[in-house]
Amino acid sequence: MMTPPPNLEIVHLSKHFGPLVALDHVSLRIKPGTFHALLGENGAGKSTLVKCVMGYYHPDRGDIVINGQSRTIDSPRRAHQYGVGMVYQHFTSIPAMTVAENLVLARYDRKNWLNWPQEYEALAAFLETTPFRVPLDVPVSQLAAGEKQKLEILKQLYLQSRLLILDEPTSVLTPQEADEVLGLLHQAVERGELSVLLITHKFREVTAFADEVTVLRRGAVAGQGKVADLGVADLAVMMLGEAKPPKVLNKTPWLEGETILELQDLHVLKDNGLEAVRGVSLRVGRGEIVAIAGVSGNGQKELVEVLAGQRSATGGRVTIQGQVYHATRREMLDYGVVALPEEPLRNACVPHFSVAENMALRTFDRPPQTRWGVWLILKAMRERAQELIQGFKVKTPSPETPMEQLSGGNIQRAVLARELSSPQIQLLIAANPCFGLDFAAVDYIHEQIVAARNRGVGVLLVSEDLDELLSLGDRILVISEGRLVYESPISEADLLQIGQAMAGHDHVHPQGQ
Amino acid sequence: MTFAKSLESVLIPLGAILFALVLFGLFCAFAGANPVEVYHSIYRAAFGQWSSWQNTLIRASPLMLSALCTALPARLGLVVIGNEGALVLGGLGAIIAGLSLGESLPPWGVQTAMALLGMVFGGVWIALVGFLRHYRGVNETISSLLMNYIAIALLNHLVEGPMRDPSSLNKPSTFPLAVLNRLPDLPGTRIHYGLIYGLVACILAYILIQRTPFGFAARTTGGNIRAAQMAGLPVGRLILIICFLAGSCAGLAGMVEVAAVHGRANQSLNVGYGYGGILVAFVARHNPLAAALVSVLLGGILASGGILQRVHDLPDATVLVFQGLVFLVVLFSESLYQKEGV
Repeated sequence: MMTPPPNLEIVHLSKHFGPLVALDHVSLRIKPGTFHALLGENGAGKSTLVKCVMGYYHPDRGDIVINGQSRTIDSPRRAHQYGVGMVYQHFTSIPAMTVAENLVLARYDRKNWLNWPQEYEALAAFLETTPFRVPLDVPVSQLAAGEKQKLEILKQLYLQSRLLILDEPTSVLTPQEADEVLGLLHQAVERGELSVLLITHKFREVTAFADEVTVLRRGAVAGQGKVADLGVADLAVMMLGEAKPPKVLNKTPWLEGETILELQDLHVLKDNGLEAVRGVSLRVGRGEIVAIAGVSGNGQKELVEVLAGQRSATGGRVTIQGQVYHATRREMLDYGVVALPEEPLRNACVPHFSVAENMALRTFDRPPQTRWGVWLILKAMRERAQELIQGFKVKTPSPETPMEQLSGGNIQRAVLARELSSPQIQLLIAANPCFGLDFAAVDYIHEQIVAARNRGVGVLLVSEDLDELLSLGDRILVISEGRLVYESPISEADLLQIGQAMAGHDHVHPQGQ
Repeated sequence: MTFAKSLESVLIPLGAILFALVLFGLFCAFAGANPVEVYHSIYRAAFGQWSSWQNTLIRASPLMLSALCTALPARLGLVVIGNEGALVLGGLGAIIAGLSLGESLPPWGVQTAMALLGMVFGGVWIALVGFLRHYRGVNETISSLLMNYIAIALLNHLVEGPMRDPSSLNKPSTFPLAVLNRLPDLPGTRIHYGLIYGLVACILAYILIQRTPFGFAARTTGGNIRAAQMAGLPVGRLILIICFLAGSCAGLAGMVEVAAVHGRANQSLNVGYGYGGILVAFVARHNPLAAALVSVLLGGILASGGILQRVHDLPDATVLVFQGLVFLVVLFSESLYQKEGV
């Protein structure tokens, strides 16, 4: 017989990481047999909250109450004892083993001898009690993504978890697979067999499957209620917050100029072979910042990688001032293309190289840093680095210090110095250039980007920070599932419509319902 | 580089070799020999007097060249262990050039042609590994290892078939190189010119990697391929060129063995200089100058093999045990280096 799902209450939970407030007095209740959605932007605290529930983190304050009793959960195993199980965003099954073997492996017991016929019988009987159908004797590597996700859920059911926490389970699935998996879970919830806490940032999944919703923003509850009572418009406002007055940046008026960068019907695959960018066309003009908004994982990373030379497109055309662009070193120099990628240490630096060497990545093979085409002039590299360190106020003990020993803000400053000091820049590709940096560094980098724009550089700015996009951009586009779904000049941008477009809501109604 | 880091890069390999010496001492004790005496014999046979120095240096020169076959691709982040195969093919290329030119050119011309063809053979062999890696995603370590067997099989086929000298009965070989064309010894010694090749190659490799824009681009690619791509560096071309250079060094080692030591190509080409080169490269942490020094050390150990057998009644393979112990300990010691930054 199935045990009923537990009644989980989270009461005033707080969690700090150093000075950062990850969770601020968050409360929510998941009644038995409800489908609860946890909605929020990246970094809103969703993952921290469920990690507290699962015992990975110890909350600083607050209680977790299960079936009326306050419980201390110090490990995922303890959470399992209370019937709470988590399905992770990434698959945790062993590809070379069969479904049955993975299920048996997930059990906490350690048997020395397995009676496989008996196990198969028991597993078949178990599968009968669940809504999911997955072949038991097939290696996991041969399953489709949707089936793998079902197996992850089955593992939790097999461990007798009755409250399932799902961390963005649909990010690796096609829309059809996502609908099937969530639909089956929804039915199980309606029959009262399960409770579900679904972490997502897709409005569609909330409105289609959830009974109740909690919206987190910057670690605090921004709204809570029954999905039936709330409109998409309300959710968008809760998730993104009210529009704040943009920071004052010294932007010169934008004049329609010649086209610098043009993308025509660009198609790009992501690592797993699925199409990440599905026909993107756009243009960036001289002295214009084109801002691309979108929830991460919708193709913007791959788009930027194509422009930065880190990935090849599978279709379409990239042209710079009318010339086809393949991101070779020659073209980057001739057309003046520079980039400011996210995670600069991973994307734009050689960590164990010195600051001076890293600053020379774009210039080392030309005079004065190379003589006669074959001889590096280390002194010229060091002098150039010293100029840049002063000019861009990079804090480093010396030009010889390894890059990886600098703070994140100074690494990004060093990259910024290298990129923006290139001669005759025409185009700057920036992707989350301020991710993880402190305020001072953020302001400095914003100023530099705007200054470059004012000089006539075309800028393509991709960011997950809407405030950043709205304050810097001249034009804003939204990318969703690999397509551009919204475009407007910044002065006419509508936060509500942007939020809905980001959330993959197909039909954007200006007034919500 | 800070002082602490330089110290670390000297102390850790030295410590590792000392630890390997202790382990080898235990092995000798179990085999019934007095470890201290064994070490003394090794020292005498390797560095005790001028004639032992000469034996050591003769063995060191192919090791230097072979080590570069692993050390150069390592700067790109590739682990290539196809040294033996490239060396064998280099030897084949050299003998083909040497036999077909005969005495139609002056000796220096024949020797140059032998060196060039040997380098091209070895270079193309390892460039193939780089090609498979970059364009087909084949793991370079596995492919280069397996290609060793292909190269050795090719050598055996040729010396037992099409290229065989009918008078070579016990040990199938190619026809011998004209005595005139053999690589001479350095004046007043038994050491052949291969030592100069080896030293020059190590110095040139060091300069190429450390002081040229090409080397800078290669080190950037090895340090972070994403940063290299972002700087527009031609990653595929870099891999092909570095692999070609690496293979041509090992190929030159094969040429030296053919032209200076054996005078013909036969199975003596794969006596382990290829694998010894891997060991040298790792102990030297892929620094070409350090590789030259380590080659002398390993050359000395190899030179002492016969003495151990004669004096201490230890099996002939004892030096291989020693070599293997050093390799294992050095690989383990890699984990001792301080991780930098966060």
